[in-house]
Amino acid sequence: MLDFEKPIVELEGKVRELRQLMENNAELDLADEIERLEQRAARLLAQTYARLTPWQKTQVARHPDRPHTGDYVAALIEDFTPLAGDRLYGEDPAMIGGLGRFRGRSVVVLGQEKGRETEDRVRHNFGMARPEGYRKAQRLMRLAERFGLPVLTFVDTPGAHPGVGAEERGQAEAIARTIETCLDLRVPVVATVVGEGGSGGAIAIATADRVLMLEHAVYSVISPEGCAAILWRDAEKAPEAAGALRLTAQDLHGFGLVDEIVEEPLGGAHRAPQTTIARVGDAIARHLEELTEIPGEELRAARRRRFLAMGTAS
Amino acid sequence: MNWLTNYVRPRLRALVERRRVEVPENLWHPCPACERMIFHRDLDANRRVCPHCDHHFRVGADFRFRELFGETWEVLELPRVAVDPLRFRDLKRYTDRLRDAQSRCGTHDAVAAAAGELAGLPVVVAVMDFAFMGGSMGRAVGEAIVTAAREAVRRRAAFVVFTASGGARMQEGMFSLVQMARTTAAVQEVKEAGLPYVVVLTDPTTGGVTASFAMLGDVHIAEPGALIGFAGRRVIEQTIRERLPDGFQTAEYLREHGMVDMVVHRFELPATLARVLDLLMRPRAAAAAEPTAGDEGPAALPPPAPEQDLEALDEAADD
Repeated sequence: MLDFEKPIVELEGKVRELRQLMENNAELDLADEIERLEQRAARLLAQTYARLTPWQKTQVARHPDRPHTGDYVAALIEDFTPLAGDRLYGEDPAMIGGLGRFRGRSVVVLGQEKGRETEDRVRHNFGMARPEGYRKAQRLMRLAERFGLPVLTFVDTPGAHPGVGAEERGQAEAIARTIETCLDLRVPVVATVVGEGGSGGAIAIATADRVLMLEHAVYSVISPEGCAAILWRDAEKAPEAAGALRLTAQDLHGFGLVDEIVEEPLGGAHRAPQTTIARVGDAIARHLEELTEIPGEELRAARRRRFLAMGTAS
Repeated sequence: MNWLTNYVRPRLRALVERRRVEVPENLWHPCPACERMIFHRDLDANRRVCPHCDHHFRVGADFRFRELFGETWEVLELPRVAVDPLRFRDLKRYTDRLRDAQSRCGTHDAVAAAAGELAGLPVVVAVMDFAFMGGSMGRAVGEAIVTAAREAVRRRAAFVVFTASGGARMQEGMFSLVQMARTTAAVQEVKEAGLPYVVVLTDPTTGGVTASFAMLGDVHIAEPGALIGFAGRRVIEQTIRERLPDGFQTAEYLREHGMVDMVVHRFELPATLARVLDLLMRPRAAAAAEPTAGDEGPAALPPPAPEQDLEALDEAADD
């Protein structure tokens, strides 16, 4: 539970208690009271989520119950066939990917997976991919191009893994080459930032024809904590940094850096994962429909033009 | 080494240090590596390389232009971009930080570019200046790289970039992150035009710059001892909670791990660049037409017959 959700969760808890009381005691009529409390909880939830601060959004984006890349794949992709390895060094469970069918169409799907239970999270390295993950992404993108399949990416990472081995095996080169591969493809690429879009590790797989973002996802050049530690010399100033960085979907859409915001169910994606996933699926399908009409060479040229022009207008 | 370096220099140094208050401070420079004092004229005469320990000092764009182009070059006009898209403010306003850097460095932002000739070949050079807000990449840097790359394509010139950067410019938020994709698209245009793109990695090159155009060169040259990496040392230490290996993220370390082609001393850099560009841009020049006698290496051997090749492959497969 997030701090700012406490009052809501408390109200909801009270409603549950009253219902229990009513069930155990037939004479007791608490229906009015329950309804009143429920309305209050719903109102509070709506109010809270209507004006989440950038820092609160960062917390929602990192919420442990928020649907992860694996959940999107499980719900949206039929016949998912995971593929492993970069064919150079290793397999990186932080970057999952493979072949599958999205609404009847063969696609290559890939994205960072953070994992859920402790053991699982460690195995997926908390969604921080190593060079092998990015090289695997390149490999799968090339595969997609060879067979004319669209590429769907799901972005959810605190950032690329910082470590000795990652540096030795060329983390920077792996990211740079992945961006280059994204720009090179003659097939549609649709990226969705579903949780945390952490810096270079995120844009590596988000240099796409369309970049979608969930309503409470964040996408930033640096984490608020990292930014606060450097510019404020105090990691505690993360809430301020989150505001200054303008990392919300609403800000980025306003800047023209993100194409569409996918609305989350009231109270955030973690309260209704399946509804969220279905909405994301609909949005992707809509963009894919438009993109598949465009010839490959044109797609590629347009994607490059788009990124060359991006961030120039104020 | 000898009596001069072991005895006289330290004595001189001691003398100098005692009198430092009286000496105008810009006449003597301490070497950041060996800490010995170097007279400014000696440092300039030695192309800003420490005469004692060979440490390569950080240098600005004009130095690079002069080194490569000699007397004449044409400074490229770089478009001005709207500043401060986020109206960013930390302990200071971003616009104030920017103004400070501009007055301190005398430049508009962290990249300068010029066109000229190197060994008779047309070259466009972009140079990043670490002194300007840590060489950080925001919209101005992205715009400069895009402009210089396109100028190279327009002139049918080689594109050479000297990198020096702490990474993305946080104060421009996502506008700075998308420069990674922008600059990558720009160097793709150079490559597709069939022109060489050479990166010279100088101290320090890290973060978003390393993870975009700095690692996409046809040839990567690094200056000795330069710090080159993706993540910062402190971030890595916090993650792995152990000490980092010696020489970690140095130019030599990267060469050993296959990320740069060569580590080249500043004295050799113009000649090396000229040779690389000559080989790539003049594939049929006179020098290459007739191999000199006694040339070692595979080029001197007669090409093997195709059948032999296949047999050799079969044999290898049996092993």
